[in-house]
Amino acid sequence: MATHTATTTVSRPAAEPATRDLPIRVASFGGDDLAALLGSAASGFAVMWLVLTQLGQFSSLAELGLGWYAAFLGIYYLVVRQLDGRVLAGDRVMAVVVFSAALAMVVPLALIFGYLFKKGISGLHWQFFTETQAAIGPLDPATKGGAAHAIVGTLQQVGLAVLMSVPLGVLCAVFLNEVGGPLQRPVRIFVDAMNGVPTILAGLFVYAVWVSVFGWSGFAASLAISISMLPIITRTSEEVLRLVPDGLREASLALGGSEWKTTWSVVLPTARSGLITAVILGVARAIGETAPLIATAFGAYAMNTDPFSGAQAALPLYIYKQVTESSSANVQARAWAGALVLMMLVLVLFVIARLIGWSAARASRRRITNAAASES
Amino acid sequence: MAVAQEISGVDVPRSIRSERTHSDRAFRFVASGAGLVTLIILFLIGLFLLLRAIPTFRENGLSFFTSTGWNPAVPHQTGVAALLFGTFALAVIALVLAVPVSILTALCLTEYITPRFRGPLVTVLDLLAAVPSLIYGIWGFFFLQPHLLGLSEWLAANFGFIPIFSTPDGPYFSQSPFLSGVVVALMLTPTATSVMREVFSQTPPGEKEAALALGGSRWRMIRIVVIPFGRGGIIGGTMLALGRAMGESISVAILLSAAFRISPHILETGGNTIGAHIANRFGDADHAFGLPALMGAGLVLYVSTLIVNVGASEVIRRSRSGAGVEI
Repeated sequence: MATHTATTTVSRPAAEPATRDLPIRVASFGGDDLAALLGSAASGFAVMWLVLTQLGQFSSLAELGLGWYAAFLGIYYLVVRQLDGRVLAGDRVMAVVVFSAALAMVVPLALIFGYLFKKGISGLHWQFFTETQAAIGPLDPATKGGAAHAIVGTLQQVGLAVLMSVPLGVLCAVFLNEVGGPLQRPVRIFVDAMNGVPTILAGLFVYAVWVSVFGWSGFAASLAISISMLPIITRTSEEVLRLVPDGLREASLALGGSEWKTTWSVVLPTARSGLITAVILGVARAIGETAPLIATAFGAYAMNTDPFSGAQAALPLYIYKQVTESSSANVQARAWAGALVLMMLVLVLFVIARLIGWSAARASRRRITNAAASES
Repeated sequence: MAVAQEISGVDVPRSIRSERTHSDRAFRFVASGAGLVTLIILFLIGLFLLLRAIPTFRENGLSFFTSTGWNPAVPHQTGVAALLFGTFALAVIALVLAVPVSILTALCLTEYITPRFRGPLVTVLDLLAAVPSLIYGIWGFFFLQPHLLGLSEWLAANFGFIPIFSTPDGPYFSQSPFLSGVVVALMLTPTATSVMREVFSQTPPGEKEAALALGGSRWRMIRIVVIPFGRGGIIGGTMLALGRAMGESISVAILLSAAFRISPHILETGGNTIGAHIANRFGDADHAFGLPALMGAGLVLYVSTLIVNVGASEVIRRSRSGAGVEI
């Protein structure tokens, strides 16, 4: 009996604070919390619907949307405050705001792709890849003529730009990461600055030094494109080279390799897949550049397979000209078909770059686990 | 003793020649040359814009910076004042919309989202960054702007008493700086987010855990640890986005209907930026007056973006290295 009372007197004070001082589990989110969230969203919508359509004059969807979001956050705050207290209420409301910002990134991407597909698929047909606009007037239906001249122009211009900017960009990254010296800091600052220089100025620059002497040409366009590509390639390659372990460099140097040999036979091969990814992402960026082409390639309606002389078409320029020159439906349909093809090109390059990156990451992970296994 | 002397006599330390071989010296020379080429190209862009713009500076003098018109054939009637104002106005509108969303998205990526969904969200952001500016322009013009007209109307109707939201010229809302700014904001967000995310992710975990252990909620922890630590990243990302927004040409040329005026009414149709103006007018510019004037406008854009970008990269570098943060 005595022991029994003793245990009850001991256990009672311990039990009471336990009910008061429940730890706040910040990260947990159970069924009740989800119900509170959805309920607040529904009741926020109901309140705004009532206020706007029944009590006042319904003015616009924008008002309903903004009003709903504000009412939702307010009601959710009050509900969580009632259930879990003030501290958690503020935290939960901010979590909703943070996630809705992230959602605001996903929605436009889906809308862009959906709209491009919807508008572009009708103008897309086989002739689009085989014919040009040489004998096509603005009144011809969208099914006549194609953009073969523009696709050829873009491939040549971007190809030449890659030939010029990739060796220079990778060498510049090698300089920044492997060689260094007093020039390293200014070069890094100015590579960043060049990355931000508007691409239209690259076009104006090439116009001033090249086009005004030699005339419009696809090569002039590739000069302008490589100026806008160079800082992107340099920056991403530098990031990739930074990931090469120093141990590999030291091992090569300790074996008597020269700096040049170390870079050429150890650093660059180790970073190969990363460098390829960097180049592909640079190409994906360059392929859609329109601003540098206006003052350099100028655009054309007929096929010009010689990038070194004469005005040349390009896919972005083709789209831009079709959109700005006429608002008739058939011309617009051509522009949308071009936009869809351009976006698909970018998407394919993006996916290829991702696949290379993933397979390289998996290979290096396997290598590390194998090494760990053989060590043990 | 003699032995020791003898040994020390034999074991004269070999002198290590730290002189580089010829091939290494050539390698260093070539690589440094590649680094220098970047500097030279950047310098040459400015130089050639300046050289080509000299006729217009001679023609217009200082009025090139104060005049709001664009009539290159007539002296003193061409200037970048309206263009420069429009460039900054559009950039500020885009930043006001893009920066909060970028901060929140970056926080979502570093503090909120589970690792399973982090990869897909990063992919979405990378894809948004890969969409060409031209596509943003035509999508914004044909799809987004018509859908956002209602928002402009609503802002003008309910907040018209604030000067920037008033529309004294009547209810014309299409192709306004505000609607163009929304599209440009969408283009800036991935760039700004990736800078901020990188800096936020370097917040010392010990401090975050300390804030949580002291009873702070997650948002409290973010406010007192992550945001103060990442302030440099926020400022740097914002400046980088500012430089991007100022240089945006093709999308703005499609989105904004060209108008030469300094108007604070951002909801009204019409406005202009330097980049969009060059894209619009390059085709019909004559060699004697039109082109030099465009080159002059380009030079102004070059100088302003260069200042913003050098500042941004300096701020970002400092915040990355952790300098200026007391731990």
